[in-house]
Amino acid sequence: MVKVQALRCAVAAAALLAAFAAGAATPAELAKTYEAEARVASPQFGGFSATRGKAFFEATHGGEWSCSSCHTRDPLAAGRHAKTSKPIRPLAPAADAERFTSLSQAEKWFKRNCNDVLNRACTAQEKGDVLAYLMELRR
Amino acid sequence: MKRRTVTLARAHGLGAAATLAAALLFGHAAIASGRGAPSASNPAWQSECGSCHLAYPPRLLPAASWRALMDDLGRHFGTDAGVDPATATAIRAFLEANAGRARGSGDETTLRITQTAWFVHEHRKVAARTWRSASVGSAANCAACHTGAEAGRFSEHDVRIPR
Repeated sequence: MVKVQALRCAVAAAALLAAFAAGAATPAELAKTYEAEARVASPQFGGFSATRGKAFFEATHGGEWSCSSCHTRDPLAAGRHAKTSKPIRPLAPAADAERFTSLSQAEKWFKRNCNDVLNRACTAQEKGDVLAYLMELRR
Repeated sequence: MKRRTVTLARAHGLGAAATLAAALLFGHAAIASGRGAPSASNPAWQSECGSCHLAYPPRLLPAASWRALMDDLGRHFGTDAGVDPATATAIRAFLEANAGRARGSGDETTLRITQTAWFVHEHRKVAARTWRSASVGSAANCAACHTGAEAGRFSEHDVRIPR
């Protein structure tokens, strides 16, 4: 059991490293990275859910903001920073091909925004659910 | 990188040498003085500081303010604006090298550009309803009125107050 856990850890770490080293990635590759991480965190991992991701995206989590406070409830459209009013490019990959093509960028923003919205880091499950939701959106 | 030219308009002596060294070190696109002229620029500053708000030109706050601000990026005006250590070091050096001077009492320590004496003075004629209007939204939104703000130009000639 311990060996299996160690192996899972190694696989997840390797996937994370590979994605970082590669620089440019696809949203699907990022989803794979989060999946590997989620499997390590929970052996009962049952896949990502776009429905759960949408609910998570639109809900507040104890604070003032939700993801949609800035990104709106339509991630295919441009958002607007809730505090500074600066326009934000659409978050859905179908609307902006640059979105979720760099793990380091995705990680930087998940760290910042999860802190702002949830006052904690997001789990790989949560990130994967949100990504599944965003990847499902079509123009 | 738009432009590689370094304009040393009014700088001289040691200041010029320091500015030139800083420009070479931190990859400035252009350095000039005067409010109508383009500001100093740096790729890390532009992309990191410019993602949630306009990348505010370093000359708008004194070095002590930038230092305090860079020390607490994890709690940046109520949001997490943390960057990796290498990026933080590059941005900090750029801000310090191009910082403005304190121009009023309290300016040395304030972290808010909108609270500096010169900002308050320069904007004293802007009506309260203009600040509140939907297209402005926040005093952080320089570009709502300063049409050249993204290029670092804040001259009165470039101001268009939305009606």
